[in-house]
Amino acid sequence: MSDPLLEIRGLRVDYGLGRTAVHAVRDVDLTLHRGEVLGLAGESGSGKSTLAYGLTRLLPPPGVVSGGQVIYHPADGPPVDVLTLSPAQLRRFRWAETSIVFQGAMNSLNPVHKVSTQLLDVIKAHEPTSTAAGRLARARDLLRLVGIAADRLDSYPHQLSGGMRQRVMIAMALALEPQVVIMDEPTTALDVVMQRQILGQLAELRERLGFAVLFITHDLSLLVEFSDRIAIMYGGRIVEEAPAAELYRRALHPYTEGLLHSFPALRGPRRELTGIPGSPPDLRAMPEGCAFHPRCPKAFDPCDKKVPALGAAEPGRDVACWLHPVAAPAPR
Amino acid sequence: MRFLLQRAAFYLFTAWAAITLNFFIPRLVPGDPVQSLISRNQGRISADAIESLRVLFGLDTHENIWQQYLDYWGQLLHGDLGLSFTFFPTPVATVIGDSLPWTVGLVGITTIISFLLGTALGVGAGWRRGSWVDGLLPATTFLSSIPYFWLGLVAIAVFTGPGSFFPSSGGYEAGLVPAFDGYFIPSAIKHSVLPAATILVSSMSGWILSMRNMMVTVSSEDYITVAHAKGLSERRVALSYAARNALLPNVSGFALSLGFIVGGTLLVEIVFSYPGLGYQLFQAVGYKDYPLMQGIFLIITISVLVANLLADVAYLLLDPRTRKS
Repeated sequence: MSDPLLEIRGLRVDYGLGRTAVHAVRDVDLTLHRGEVLGLAGESGSGKSTLAYGLTRLLPPPGVVSGGQVIYHPADGPPVDVLTLSPAQLRRFRWAETSIVFQGAMNSLNPVHKVSTQLLDVIKAHEPTSTAAGRLARARDLLRLVGIAADRLDSYPHQLSGGMRQRVMIAMALALEPQVVIMDEPTTALDVVMQRQILGQLAELRERLGFAVLFITHDLSLLVEFSDRIAIMYGGRIVEEAPAAELYRRALHPYTEGLLHSFPALRGPRRELTGIPGSPPDLRAMPEGCAFHPRCPKAFDPCDKKVPALGAAEPGRDVACWLHPVAAPAPR
Repeated sequence: MRFLLQRAAFYLFTAWAAITLNFFIPRLVPGDPVQSLISRNQGRISADAIESLRVLFGLDTHENIWQQYLDYWGQLLHGDLGLSFTFFPTPVATVIGDSLPWTVGLVGITTIISFLLGTALGVGAGWRRGSWVDGLLPATTFLSSIPYFWLGLVAIAVFTGPGSFFPSSGGYEAGLVPAFDGYFIPSAIKHSVLPAATILVSSMSGWILSMRNMMVTVSSEDYITVAHAKGLSERRVALSYAARNALLPNVSGFALSLGFIVGGTLLVEIVFSYPGLGYQLFQAVGYKDYPLMQGIFLIITISVLVANLLADVAYLLLDPRTRKS
């Protein structure tokens, strides 16, 4: 568990260059350990997807990674900084080590090619020595893995339902048995029943195959259930990071508390749903000090002047809030 | 398959409507071809000759219009399009048969080259958008807005003249007999270079622009990001994912442009006095040669319809979403 797999160090992502650049991700430190599910939650525009695109170098222009390191520890061999890989190295790294399940279940598959073509081409690209029959057998296994009949290989994407497409994408993400699977709102476009099914399947597959998951969503209630640890993002920074159960039981950051109070608990005493007043900050005009202070019910003296650093307020719990003075800065 | 049959039935109906219009419109126009033939011969035609001309043109008044219409269809199905006035008494079918290969050869080949080249360049420009290639786009916009014939006139003014390699008019050197031999073929090619270049320059830009813009649109689709994330080679992402999808609208545009090969470049043929169908149509209009005009319109109509059918077939082959199972 304590074995780091993907270490994000001081990652900064901007949109645009120079003085007009918008800082969407600011000095993010985050570590994904081998085999764990790390949840990343935040409102729209908090920079969580940008973080995922930034660390995989898939940012469309004008997005630019302007600083930091993304250190990947392969199962064998020395750690590498993903941000400095050459294009050829990057191509080999992608999907084989880190695969991604994207937000748009509907549009993630190429509409003019069969499912089989799209499953096979990624295997062929990374394992050029594999035989056609071997690849096909693998593709069949993959579909079976996510509970889709193997004869669906000959289907075109438009012949599949949204849930099936997303399951095909998950099968595709597992095709090369990567160490890390990044899931960017994988179930947002699906109905709750399908969402449940897919997440259940995902948890089972992870148990079996042992990959680590970076799970990005705006739905904190999902994370509480499915992830080992949760990181909360606000205004491009991580504001709190803690084991899922502890975070749910007792949030340290007022923003996390606000998020937790915006959905009802299934068990335990009833509590009032409050939500968070105001709206997410404008990235072009971030408030001085803590980005959350204009909306924070507990804001006090230092909040509008200095940015609180993320650090261990208690053992195993990092938070960036003046209410919880940091004993020692988070270990780098 | 059912879809194709439906389309084919629709096109057959359209063809019937077009042919019927083609039959009626000349008969609704005041004056008749015999009158104009008489005036061309300044009245030196005997009454018997006039009568037989009327029969030849199918204008004998003894038959009612319904009977004429049926006869017209009968003749059409036998490939008989009547006699041309301009080249009297050559049958229209022969005139068209002589000039169609020139048009198809010149404009057809140029259209295909223009599409292939323009699409390939468009894929490149769209994939590397933001590079220096984008600087050339205003030039292509400019070229695509120039009418063919004007470019042809400029080409004639600049490249032809006494002592120049390029001839300014015709399809082959005077004195040569059309045949597949070592004299005629080079001459035909030499004569086709300027008109072909004219069409190529102004039509290719359109393909470049539309393909480039579709590439840019498709490049922001989710499946392109997925393809990148899969670590596929740049080439595969560009061709099999981006270009393959961006191509779809261009292909239907291409099939439609095939339909306009026959009639669309009339002005180029006029400017270069090229012995194709467009030039023939121009002459037919000048001589009030109704049978020839009718025949050429028929060919244009049919080629547009066939091109539409081709577009449907191409779309079925290229886009699985249009195939209903």
